[in-house]
This record gives sequence, C-alpha cells and structure tokens, in this order.
Amino acid sequence: MGYTLNFGAVWRNFDFLLHGLMLSLGLAVTSILIGAAIGLVLAFALISKNRFAVVPARLYVTVLRNLPILVLVLFAYFALPQMGFRLDKIKSFVLVLSVYSGAYLAEVFRAGLLSIPKGLTEAGLAIGLTSMQIRTSIIAPLMVRNVLPSLSSTVISLFKDTSLAAAIAVPELTFAARKINVESFRVIETWMITSALYVATCFLIAALLRFVERRLALPR
Amino acid sequence: MAKTILDIRGLRKTYGQHEVLKGVDCAVQEGEVIAIIGSSGSGKTTMLRCINMLEEFQGGTISLDGEEIGYHVEGTARRRKSEKEIARQRALTGMAFQQFNLFPHMTAAENVMLGLIKVKKMAKFEARAIAETWLDRVGLASRVDHYPGQLSGGQQQRVAIARAIAMAPRLMLFDEVTSALDPELVGEVLQVIKGLAADGMTMLLVTHEMRFAYEVSSRVIFMNQGVICEEGNPKEMFVRPKTERLAEFLKTSSFN
Repeated sequence: MGYTLNFGAVWRNFDFLLHGLMLSLGLAVTSILIGAAIGLVLAFALISKNRFAVVPARLYVTVLRNLPILVLVLFAYFALPQMGFRLDKIKSFVLVLSVYSGAYLAEVFRAGLLSIPKGLTEAGLAIGLTSMQIRTSIIAPLMVRNVLPSLSSTVISLFKDTSLAAAIAVPELTFAARKINVESFRVIETWMITSALYVATCFLIAALLRFVERRLALPR
Repeated sequence: MAKTILDIRGLRKTYGQHEVLKGVDCAVQEGEVIAIIGSSGSGKTTMLRCINMLEEFQGGTISLDGEEIGYHVEGTARRRKSEKEIARQRALTGMAFQQFNLFPHMTAAENVMLGLIKVKKMAKFEARAIAETWLDRVGLASRVDHYPGQLSGGQQQRVAIARAIAMAPRLMLFDEVTSALDPELVGEVLQVIKGLAADGMTMLLVTHEMRFAYEVSSRVIFMNQGVICEEGNPKEMFVRPKTERLAEFLKTSSFN
C-alpha cells in the first residue's frame, strides 16, 4: 500500500472542521430542547386516561419512530416547499430533528413518569393544587431525575443524527469533512480526525449529563 | 351547641359491580375527633378519600360547612364540579397518608410551603415563616432544610402532617398514618395528633391503633361491609360493644 499519512491538509483546515462541529452541536442542542418540550407534552398524553390524548400521541410516536430520519430530512427540504412551506436548510433540519427527537424523548419521559408514585399526585391534590400545578412542580422535576441516567444514549444518538444534515448541504461537521476530503484527497486523515471529533464530543456529552445527574441527585 | 362541619348523607360508592359504600350517614361537629375503625375492605379509607374527592362517588352528598363537595346536585341531575372548584374545596380539608407522600425533591420547609405559595398565593417569606412555625410545632425545628430522604419515617410523617395543617384546613383527615411506621416511631406521630386534638382541630382518623382511638377520640365509628355498623363513645364501645360484629372485631384487634 503506497499511502503515507499526511495530516497537514486536515490541520490547515481544522478551523473549518471545528466550525462544522459547532454547527452540529448547535443543531443538536436547539432540536433536543424543542424536542424535549414536544416529548414532555406527548409523554403526559401517553399516560393519560383520555383516549383523545393517548391515540394521537401514540400515532405520532409510532409513525416517527418508524421513519428513517434521512427520509424525513429529504422530505422536509424538498417536498415541504412544494406544499407551500418554505424553510432554509438549517431551519428545515432543525424542524425535522426536533419533531423526531420529540418522539424518542416521549418514550423516555413516559417511562420516567410511570415510576413516580401515584401518592405524590394525591398529596398534591389534597393540598388543593390543580393537575397542571402538580405536573409542573412535582411530576416533571422528579421525572427529569428519573430519566437522566438513561437519557444520555438518546441524546448522543440524536447528536450523531445531525450528520444527516450533510445530505442537504448544511455545513456541519460531516459536510465540512467531505469538503476537505474532496479538496485535499486526504481521505483517511480527514475521516480519522472527523471520527475522533465525533467520539470526543459524545464523551463530553455523556460526562456533562453525568455531572447534571449528580448535581440533581436527591440527598439522603 | 356545636356547629356541624361535615355532613355526609347516603354516601354510595361503587367500583364497577362492587359496592364499597352502601349508604353512609355521618355528621361531624366542630372540634370532634372521630376514630373510624373496621377491618380492611370495610370502606373506612374509601369514605375518607371521598371527603376530599380523591375518590369519585356515585350517590349521596357530602357537605362541608354547608357547601356540597364535588358535585352539583339538582333534583336527579348530578354533575361533577369544575377542576378548579374541586381544587379549592380540597384545600378546605387536610389529609395525611399512610405512605407520607412527601415530595422527595423538596426540603421539609418547601413541602409545607408549596401549597401556601401555589394555592394560597402567599409570598415566599410569609410561607417560610408559617412552615417554620408548624415544623417547630411537630418537633422538627432542626430538620427544616432536610430532604425527605434524610428523615426517618416518623419525621417524614410529621412533616406531612405539618404540610396539611399549615393550609389551615377546616377538617383534618388521617388515613392510617402510623401503619407504615416502625413500632418505635408510632408514638411521636400519635403525640402530634394528640396535640392537634387538644387544640380543638376537627379530625377524622382511620386507624388500626385501638388504644390510641380509645384515648384520643370523642367518638368512634365502626364500619363493616360499607355501612356504619355501630358508633358511640369510645369508653362505652370498646368495653361494651352492642353488636356481635364489633365484639368480634375487637377480639381480633390489638386492643386489650
């Protein structure tokens, strides 16, 4: 094999990669935050006793979890404008990843809600709180603590899904790498460094979530 | 003449085909301390839970200070009151539970303050002052900023009682509040309840502590199979039960 590693071209364009990584993180954070709001509403709907809440929520979750995200990305970017709904690349991708993470986070949150004792809701009712006050002051904060340990795999997986934005030329990390690859022909070096950046970022995300988990842990 | 606080008439409650309460009538005067006893499945806890609408009920009326709880009844038409209205009515009664049900992510003080802030719309400092007063009353002045996980069962139950009492309810409901406690922690909780009785708080206690019922209550209600089977003065009832059922029950219970 006559290939000698030469990282020069990649280092010269490292800034470009880092900008890509920053955009990847930006896409992930924005989408996951919106997705968390969607997921929270869906999770409460999923555990509700009202069929008119359960059925649409279940439908949403099932449909989205059975669609490849790349199909959704292409659908939003190419098909939605045809239906009169025009968004730029970045907004279009954030829309898709938000809607998609909503479905995954809904399932995670639902599991977290189920493990909260019913007695706490009753205690809230007994002092005169409304159902909504109970959800915001008691149930949601406890649910977050319940799900944090299992949240990191979902969050990391959603972060990695940002690489699919390359398919519609959003200049995030994967797209940036491809550009460097094409211009420098340093195939191995480019994808090695890019992979390392993804792995390192995922480690940081996991560490950050473990830190939050420890901070929120209840003293005993 | 004492004023009637709670008036229960013809209370019926069914779970599907099964009738748990088969027409319960009971009037409670201000300042009364009523012990409700009976074997499990007799409907005593269910009755307590109907009073603050933790259970729906299908027939009869419950009125608190003359105000009908839970449902608008006009002739034969019966409609559940709005969620907001029911929340307001629930705040008129306080309840302590077998499992304490403290909010685990809040300190003792925050547990007490939540209702004062969210329901009574008090300022935080005001709520804090009330919380401290009541936690002091139940002997937990030094545990104000502890989380439930850092407290013993008896201490948790006392916080739960403080949380209910701080809302200044017209009536306190105690649902087997010592049943989940280790025997050595029962006394401290019963002591708190005795103190409230001495203050003149109107209370309904579902309990298995016959000795305590005997000592603290002004009236005992014995429930059996969804109806009140016998009621009266504890000194009379425990010594000379009128019904076969009560005699039987007292024989198998811990009172002696």
